Amino acid sequence: MTDWEPVVGIEVHVELKTASKMFCGCAVSFGEDPNTNICPVCLGLPGALPVANAAALESIVRIGLALHCQIAPQSVFHRKNYFYADLPKNFQVSQFDSPVAINGWLDINLDGTSNRVGIERAHMEEDTGKSLHQGGGGRIHSATSTRLDFNRSGVPLVEIVSRPDLRSAAEARAYAQDLRALIAELDVSDARMEEGSIRFDANVSVRPVGAGELGTKVEIKNMNSFRSLERAVASEIERQIALLEGGSRVIQETRHWDEEAGSTRSMRTKEGSSDYRYFTEPDLLPLVFAADTVDRLHSDLPELPADRRSRFEGMGVAAGTARVLAMTDPELRRIFTEAVAAGSDPMTTAIWVTGELTAVLRKTPSSKVAGVGLAGLLAMVKEGKLSSSAAKEVLTEMVASGDEASVVAERLDLLLVSDTNAIEAAVTEVLAAQPHAVARYRSGEEKVIGFLVGLVMRSTGGKADPKLVNETLRRQLVG
Amino acid sequence: MADLADLTVATAGERLATGEASAADLLDAVIRRASLTEAELHCYVTIDHDGARRAAEESDHRRSRSESRGPLDGIPLALKDNFCTRGLETTCSSQILSGYRPPYDSTVVARLRDGGAVIVGKTNLDEFAMGSSTENSAFGPTRNPWNPERVPGGSSGGSAAAVAAGSALAAFGSDTGGSIRQPAALCGVVGFKPTYGLVSRFGLVAFSSSFDQIGPLARSVADALTLFEAVAGHDPLDATSYPGTVPEARPSLETGVKDVRIGLVRELSGEGYEPAVTAATNDMVAQLEASGAIVSEVSLPSFAIALSAYYLIAPAEVSANLARFDGVRYGLRVTGETVEEMMARTRAEGFGPEATRRILLGTYALSAGYYDAFYGQAQRVRTKLINELANVFEQVDVLVSPASPTTAFELGAKTQDPLAMYLTDVCTIPANLAGTPAISIPVGLDADGLPIGFQVMGPALGEARLFQVAAEVERLATFDHRPEILAAAGDRL
Repeated sequence: MTDWEPVVGIEVHVELKTASKMFCGCAVSFGEDPNTNICPVCLGLPGALPVANAAALESIVRIGLALHCQIAPQSVFHRKNYFYADLPKNFQVSQFDSPVAINGWLDINLDGTSNRVGIERAHMEEDTGKSLHQGGGGRIHSATSTRLDFNRSGVPLVEIVSRPDLRSAAEARAYAQDLRALIAELDVSDARMEEGSIRFDANVSVRPVGAGELGTKVEIKNMNSFRSLERAVASEIERQIALLEGGSRVIQETRHWDEEAGSTRSMRTKEGSSDYRYFTEPDLLPLVFAADTVDRLHSDLPELPADRRSRFEGMGVAAGTARVLAMTDPELRRIFTEAVAAGSDPMTTAIWVTGELTAVLRKTPSSKVAGVGLAGLLAMVKEGKLSSSAAKEVLTEMVASGDEASVVAERLDLLLVSDTNAIEAAVTEVLAAQPHAVARYRSGEEKVIGFLVGLVMRSTGGKADPKLVNETLRRQLVG
Repeated sequence: MADLADLTVATAGERLATGEASAADLLDAVIRRASLTEAELHCYVTIDHDGARRAAEESDHRRSRSESRGPLDGIPLALKDNFCTRGLETTCSSQILSGYRPPYDSTVVARLRDGGAVIVGKTNLDEFAMGSSTENSAFGPTRNPWNPERVPGGSSGGSAAAVAAGSALAAFGSDTGGSIRQPAALCGVVGFKPTYGLVSRFGLVAFSSSFDQIGPLARSVADALTLFEAVAGHDPLDATSYPGTVPEARPSLETGVKDVRIGLVRELSGEGYEPAVTAATNDMVAQLEASGAIVSEVSLPSFAIALSAYYLIAPAEVSANLARFDGVRYGLRVTGETVEEMMARTRAEGFGPEATRRILLGTYALSAGYYDAFYGQAQRVRTKLINELANVFEQVDVLVSPASPTTAFELGAKTQDPLAMYLTDVCTIPANLAGTPAISIPVGLDADGLPIGFQVMGPALGEARLFQVAAEVERLATFDHRPEILAAAGDRL
């Protein structure tokens, strides 16, 4: 039986959050009443002409640089011709053989191992309007009428095309997540999958392991979460392997991911080969990126998630935690950095920040936690003044009140008793009351110690430092 | 005193300034002229009686308060019906845009309104400016004022005929392959296509974006310059608009041509050129030489294949530019069972035969497998022609040629033979391929009493030298003929 190797490439469409659209002055804005942000240009009225948005071009150059691409010194817009009711000019201004950015890479991290994924290109284009099909379950072929909203028409769109370097559904998901984190870091897009401001399509093929040539690829669309991307790719891989093992062929086509059915279905029945008749957009001049501008944008790039991940790993944070921390909210990362600067252990801090603190802040958003405060809390745990579970309680209250850990612990009466005299007395009392247990311990049954620790803890109301109780018990039992 | 409708813009401006005439008088004169000639000539698709009246009154009011805005304030002008005019029907002489009222003014229209010009109406054209005779109009052809059995040329035939007939003092047209200069030549008026980028295309309904350029049709070289100056200059709404300073040409109008190097284009003569046209061209060249110009014959081999390149690139751009007329958002809609069917029916019924032919040509030229042989090759020819012109302009200051190989031909003479029709643009197309300025000036009449146009071409941004030579051509030609129809109309006035 043949072993199959999946080959996956991802195409990403990123809607930029520039103030205005790609080729006109209309606002880029989500969730407004239909056809409120429109003008002759983005409606494709006769005589209207495009003027390229400099801020959008700067964004794509930054994306290209962050993906280690070469920025073309000169790049050209093309017209991609096809008829569709929500495409007002019946051509899309895009880029064909002269994209802004080419030949880059993104290091992704999956289960602690790093993997370099090639980036073929990133190019600039404009988004289409939206068709809102009325009746017939919202499907175009059964709808009774269709309404058109052109608010999205002309929103700047960056398409990023990876090389077919991904080898599993999990890798596809990791790539998508890491790329999304990079886009978010650059602050060029809302990058929300559910709103469609970042959209992933996957090109999937399979081939026998060791084969040099690629199999026939299928493009899958309509995945609106990372989970559905992973599921869709996995399902498509399975479908193709089943076809090939059954002696059939894979047909080159576009397939639609059906979230409920958990499978892909053919989307374009009469696919044929679409001929977009690309040609140079005569209404726009070639884009020229001066070397000093590109250099400036390069040096102004923020620290990127992959680099940050390496930095955290270098500090001693485990790979998986470092990945989560590298992609998390900047506010949480600030707290992490401050806490470590205040003396906390990086790995322990990272676990707290990506775990408990993330959970608490998700429930109760607050800006009252400082890194120093977290460092104080972790120090109390380390010094035996707080148990881990009590520390979680303290953290919740710190977030709510903004008070220091020691103050909160005291107020909530959660401080561990580390007064040796009190513990000595409590231990003595417990041992006196439990001669049978003492005898069993002394005869070598060491696990009885747990029972005794429990009793001491109960008698101190749970506030004794368990470590100290354990030590004191052992000493008195020997003595 | 001559009828106000026959004045140049400059003279009308003087009358306004002295108070001998008002803007309302000028408008009355051209409207009266139109009422006498429109039934026969059909220069206009739409006459904006109310808007024009209002603009004329406002102009007179400004003048009474000494707030006049310049040389076009109060001057009645006509606009080719492919300029978007806010609230005023803009049809491109096509069924598909019949009744369409744009929500905005094109940049040129906005600048004209700012300058106080009185826009009389929108003139007839070949559908979407595709044609050389104004016969491809969905609303019927325009006829030539010099002989109504003849075409006025095209595609700006309505504008050229209106200026010749006196139903506007001057007009604007668009020139993609000669659509200003060729009808100007056939109607005995001056037609100027500026350097690509000097006049904003924003709001001009696109035919072929990399060739389209707006320019004036007028009764004198000086008027043409005045109209050009009123609308030229950078427009942030047109990315192909030239960002630098507009060349200053007015001082050179009176300079003469002493020591100016003039090249007569060898490729624009010979077979296919009417003897009267060739004779008039050679005669003018001899007069220029006698006036001190240094004349030589030059060869531009690419001119011979310019027409072929043009008829691949222009239709390619047309196929995309005209794709937006689909019945979805504006204009004609012919219903169908599906969206695709609605679009197909709308386009099939909305476009005339020439528009359809060019869309098909262009779609074919851009198709996979044919792109390089057709569109790609045509672009290489275009580059070669640009380089040849640049070299020639190292040796000469301007090039001269006929503006059209023939004088006005009869209606219907070429409608069944698209290739013959395309060949009427052979003299004008090179300047469009290269984006360089060119002007046509009337220099005489043929044996049938039809005007002959003489073309002067300059290098990009060479408007100063171009107008210097054009003004001398005008002085030497002393073209003061008038169409017979006006003499007849004059009797009735």
